[in-house]
This record gives sequence, structure tokens and C-alpha cells, in this order.
Amino acid sequence: MNLKTAVIHPLWLRLTHWLNVVAVIVLTLSGWRIYNAAPFFPFVIPKWMTLGGWLGGAIQWHFAAMWLLAGNGLLYLACNVLSGRLRRKFFPLSARAFVADLQAAWHGRLSHADPTHYNTVQRAAYLFVIADTVLLVLSGLVLWKSVQFPLLRELLGGYEAARRVHFLAMSALLAFIVVHLAMVALVPRTLPAMIRGR
Amino acid sequence: MSANPFRWLADNGDAVLRAARNEVGRSVVVPERRAFLRRTLTLGGLSLLSGCALVDEESVENALTRISRFNDKAQGWLFDPQQLAPTYPDSLIARPFPFNAFYGENEIPVVDEEGFRLEVSGLVADRHAWTLAELRRLPQREQVTRHICVEGWSAIGKWGGVPFADFLRRIGADLSARYVGFKCADDYYTSIDMASAMHPQTLLALSCDGRTLEPRYGFPLKLRIPTKLGYKNPKHIQAIFVTNTYPGGYWEDQGYNWFGGS
Repeated sequence: MNLKTAVIHPLWLRLTHWLNVVAVIVLTLSGWRIYNAAPFFPFVIPKWMTLGGWLGGAIQWHFAAMWLLAGNGLLYLACNVLSGRLRRKFFPLSARAFVADLQAAWHGRLSHADPTHYNTVQRAAYLFVIADTVLLVLSGLVLWKSVQFPLLRELLGGYEAARRVHFLAMSALLAFIVVHLAMVALVPRTLPAMIRGR
Repeated sequence: MSANPFRWLADNGDAVLRAARNEVGRSVVVPERRAFLRRTLTLGGLSLLSGCALVDEESVENALTRISRFNDKAQGWLFDPQQLAPTYPDSLIARPFPFNAFYGENEIPVVDEEGFRLEVSGLVADRHAWTLAELRRLPQREQVTRHICVEGWSAIGKWGGVPFADFLRRIGADLSARYVGFKCADDYYTSIDMASAMHPQTLLALSCDGRTLEPRYGFPLKLRIPTKLGYKNPKHIQAIFVTNTYPGGYWEDQGYNWFGGS
């Protein structure tokens, strides 16, 4: 395959990726403002980092962007599964290969020669963030409509537990984003690939 | 002060205003959440879109409001009239139950028990005003449920009173009407959809934790509706009306979602 012309990321993937960026930024910043209204950890988020101005505004942003995150996420999952890309790109996934790739990455020896191929650490990281986003949406559903989704609520340990799950899932997503951005900085040609496709 | 008060005011008006504002600011601490929608766009202190002419604040505000109306519809559609909010054993009741209002505890309204009449109006057959004694004579129910505040915190409490569906039937309310509205002694007002009003756990509460509703919890009458957030649970209710005209609410008119369901 000619790497210069081959499309690494199909259009639907690039579109859903950048829409997801918008949704995650709005949801995170407005979510921090909502958290500040009744913090359950011994800290609040500095107000200048939050979106919405006041609780009502933050909730409006949050409950608008949630549709984008969920709808866009479903579109991404549908395209990913139906096109066979999920199976092709992310599997097989073995613990041994994960450890080997992680060690190689640690020693700076992990190859990036072929940008169309994900190494096992990448596979695990992307699958993790997909699962984490699903958890964010499900725990968010419990916070929004705790009476209407009793099974989900009980699975997450009740309304109060769901608040913590939602916050920790957000923290895990941010941890992923930090590593993700660091990797883009280390291998800058991945950025144009996510914009132009190649 | 100079001989001409108008001249003096023209020279010092701004300073006087500033001093007055400071005085007022010191005595009246306006809760942050009382701010109006104008601030929706701010990212902390900065306007998110400052210097950006592509989108003006008002159109974003309008878009967010429209999505909030859409969310009302989505919640009405998700609402299952038979789905019950979880109930809890007495051992989990929060004591003391937290006080929460748009004012401080020193501003709780005092309602006179003898003179109290619950006014009923709108699309109802029987518009007679109810005394507390009459309401207490109606069949009562008690339940322990979780009160969830829009701020995120929650607390379990026990409320007792008249099942609201019974009350609406008793006053001959038009059950096909869209809204039930509430006006309160603390100038609070809100409204709910008829489906939620008729939910089996919605109570016209007269007691909290086995005792007559204390003033801080909304004496003499509070709507306890465990399928909705705290701001849809009005206290110190003085009037109930059934209508097809959207009545809004104190917080809802400032931007909180109207359906406010959980």
C-alpha cells in the first residue's frame, strides 16, 4: 500500500473525532461548573476554567452537548463496527503483546513506521477510552434520570455513587487526553492525518 | 456640598452610586445562582466568544433555550407514570434534613395556621379554599424518598400527606390539562406536567419526618415529588391552579430546565 496516498482515517472517523472534541470540551468545562455547586471531593475547579457562568447556564451547556456526545458516539460505534474497522484495527488484543509494546515504548523503541497499524498499547488505550465514554454516558443518564433507569442506577450503586463514577470516568478521559496529546506532539504527522485523512 | 445640588450631583453622581452599590452589596449577598441567563456564555470571568463576531451571545442563548425545551419533551417522553422512585428505610433518613431555598434561614416566611386557606383555581370543578384541618382529614400517606437537588447533592427524607392524584381528582381537576401551577408564601412559584402530578408518589405534604411540616421545610404545605429535582418541590404553597397555559417558574424563568425530572 502506498503510504503517501492511502487514507489512514476515513472521513466519518475524522468527522466524529472532531465533533467529539467539541462535545468533550463543552461537557468537561460545564461539568466542572456543575460539580462546583456541590463538590464531593475536598476541592473545587477554579471558576475561570469552567463554562456556563452560573449553575443554570452550565447545565444548559451540559444538557445540550450530551446529545452531541451520545449521538456522535453512536454514529462512531456504528461506522466502526459495520465497516469492520473495529475488528481490523483493534484486534487481536493480547496481554503479552501489550506488555511487550509498553516496554518497547518505554525504551523509545516502539515503531511508528506504519501509521495505518495500531500497536497493542494504542489498541488498549483507544478501546479503554471508548469504554470510558460509554460509562460516562451511562452514569450521566443515571444522574439526569435516576428514577427512569432503575437497573442502570442500581448497577452503578445508586444516585450518589453514580456522581462519583461520572467524575472519575471524566478524570480517566482527561488522563487519556493528556497522553493522547503528548503522543501527537511526539509524532506530529498524526495530526494532519486526522485532518486530511492521510 | 456646593450651593447647587444639581451641579454637585453631576460632579459626584458616579461616586455616590458606587458607594450606594457597595452598601447594598454588603447587606444583600445575592446568591450566584440568582444571576440571569446573561452569563451563560462566560468561561469563568471571560466571555467565551469575546472578540469573536461569528456568533453573538443572544443567538447562543436562544439555541440553548430551545434545546432545553427539547429536553422537556424528551423527558416527558421518557417519563413512565408507573416507574417508582426508590424508597428507603427510616434508618437512612438525613437528620437534620438540609434547609435549602433561594433565601437564608432568617427569611423563612411565617404562615398563620388559623388564617391559612389553600386556594384552588383554573380548570377545576370545585374551587373552594381548603383549611389545614380539612386537608389533614383526607387520607394520608407517608414515604421515605431521596430528594435530589439540581446542585447535585441529595438527601433522604420522610414526607407524609395527601396523594396529589387523589387531591386533583377530589377537586375535579381537568386531568387532560397540561400543567399544574403553584404559588407560594415566599413568592416562589413553579409548575409541573400533569403526568408527574398524577404519579402515585407525588404528595401534597403536610408532615416531614413524622412531624407537622416545620417552617424551614415549607409549613404549612409542600409538594413532595420524588420524580423531580428539588426546585420542582415548592414549599409554603398558598395556591394551586390547573391550566393549559405554560406557567413557568422562579428558577425555570432564569434558565433551569422546566421539566426538571429525575
